[in-house]
Amino acid sequence: MSTETITNKYQAFNFPGLDRFLGFLARESVSANSSKVIKSLGIPLLAVGVFLMLWSVLAAQVQTSLGVLPGPAKVWEQALALVDEHKAEREKEVAFYERQEKRNAAKLAKDPEAKVKIRPYTGKATFFDQIWTSLLTVATGFIIASLIAIPIGIVTGMSQTLYTAFNPIIQLFKPVSPLAWLPIVTMVVSAVYVSKDPLFAKSFLNSAITVTLCCLWPTIINTAVGVSSVDRDLINVSRVLRLPWLTKTVKIVLPSSIPMMFTGLRLSLGIGWMVLIAAEMLAQNPGLGKFVWDEFQNGSSNSLARIMVAVLVIGFIGFLLDRGMLMLQRRFSWDKSAVLR
Amino acid sequence: MSEQNHLELTKVTIDFPTDKGPFRALDNVNLKIGKGDFISLIGHSGCGKSTVLNIVAGLHRATEGGVILNGKEVIEPGPERAVVFQNHSLLPWLSAYENVELGVKQVFKGKKSKAEMREWIEHNLDLVHMTHALDKRPDEISGGMKQRVGIARALAMQPEVLLMDEPFGALDALTRAHLQDSLMEIHATLGNTVIMITHDVDEAVLLSDRIVMMTNGPAASIGEVLQIDLERPRERLVLADDPQYNHYRSDVLKFLYERQKRPGEEAAGTDTKQPDEASEQPAQVEAQEQAAEKAELRVVSG
Repeated sequence: MSTETITNKYQAFNFPGLDRFLGFLARESVSANSSKVIKSLGIPLLAVGVFLMLWSVLAAQVQTSLGVLPGPAKVWEQALALVDEHKAEREKEVAFYERQEKRNAAKLAKDPEAKVKIRPYTGKATFFDQIWTSLLTVATGFIIASLIAIPIGIVTGMSQTLYTAFNPIIQLFKPVSPLAWLPIVTMVVSAVYVSKDPLFAKSFLNSAITVTLCCLWPTIINTAVGVSSVDRDLINVSRVLRLPWLTKTVKIVLPSSIPMMFTGLRLSLGIGWMVLIAAEMLAQNPGLGKFVWDEFQNGSSNSLARIMVAVLVIGFIGFLLDRGMLMLQRRFSWDKSAVLR
Repeated sequence: MSEQNHLELTKVTIDFPTDKGPFRALDNVNLKIGKGDFISLIGHSGCGKSTVLNIVAGLHRATEGGVILNGKEVIEPGPERAVVFQNHSLLPWLSAYENVELGVKQVFKGKKSKAEMREWIEHNLDLVHMTHALDKRPDEISGGMKQRVGIARALAMQPEVLLMDEPFGALDALTRAHLQDSLMEIHATLGNTVIMITHDVDEAVLLSDRIVMMTNGPAASIGEVLQIDLERPRERLVLADDPQYNHYRSDVLKFLYERQKRPGEEAAGTDTKQPDEASEQPAQVEAQEQAAEKAELRVVSG
């Protein structure tokens, strides 16, 4: 019972080990709790330890043209190196702007009429810049997809005719790989998005639209299922009350389909994040995908370790995105008792 | 009781489309109900009691015949014929107050001010003794309380006819008795016409002015109508020893278990007059009804 309350209290992450650990830190009924903590935190830690050991032993056996496959130690070293590079680059940037300011100030002191140019810093993007770009791209693609998919899902869920009409199209496009979409998207964007002073880079649009195309389907399907499976009695209630269409949709249909809708959104975001990496590789959008591709092309002795860092970061961010959606679902769904995994 | 042409069912017949052709659930149901009457519909599962109620509610349309309320034919659902559903059907994301409010806002739009609406909602929740849980959501209250809110929601629409589909079927005996008392109290005060489906013989005799006993489906119809002439207000404890009450009770039981034995059961005596169609297995009948309901669902969602 005591652990029950603790997990409820510290459910921020919905990650049993972490939540219990937080409860443990808060020193709530420690004695009753400690064996649970050992179980829920100790076992995963043990598994990670075994994994790291196997990794370092087995990786050492694999000889590639870029040297031995990196083990955990090498990867950790490169992770720190990436952080250092980021810091160095930031210092360079600050220095650049300082120099520019001084130069301009000197120019203005000589001749107040002189035209001063302020140039932006164009150093190379660091690993953290690339993470940020990736997040921005996936968010753009995902939000556009959701804005399209949720209304379509609602409409197809409400009308059997529309569902029958849309279903073949959805089923046809759902399994298409992002790699197949990308060339088409690239050509269309090049043809349509012509501007002298573009707001977005083409590579950004290409990646975001590809993400959108792959994010649409799970949300459409799940929303449609959620909307069409509204309890029949509730629909009868709305008929007896003679609720107008809009009230019925807002008060009855949407709330009852929210859990399914979020399931779709979570699936979509997961797919979108996976798709993004591939899209960025090919579209050369300066995100994590490009980082992986550039390191691969670079082929230095550190490349494989740096790619491994990227792999782990991609995984961790994917996990955080999923947890974020889960927290949103908790916030918005009335059905707090539903099992959320 | 009073004027006989308040609510009138005439030759109501309904066919549901199924894959094997139309399935006749009801055949030639005739019933006249006076204003303020309390009518119970009783019969075995799958005999089409709910279908009768749904036709009066306007959720189904009769294939032949029809329903007239106050001289007007019933063709669609409406708040003057409020329904209390078997499984309460409260919106789980709204509080008790908001659930009642949903109906009140719809029915009294432009007729009542905000303050009047609030008062009216609270008054109706008070009728079912639920004012202590106005802000509770359905999953925070017990089954009996949910059903009380469901009744309040129906009453708050100020219906002429209250349609109740086995309203207490899912409740335990004690809760059920409480709710029956509440319902008698409300009926005595408001005087709505009530049609209630029930499986419970005691409930039917205790509450009703007339008990309408239905024959087995398919093509179910009204077998007998039993007039209950017991003084109101009725007290369940006093009536338990009342010979008249027990006589009514045994009449209903005889109808259900002798003349309308469940299809498929052994015939008890020579006086069992089963309809020919009743030789069909009940499971099959239920399956067909479900198919028919699915067909209806498609219409609703479309």
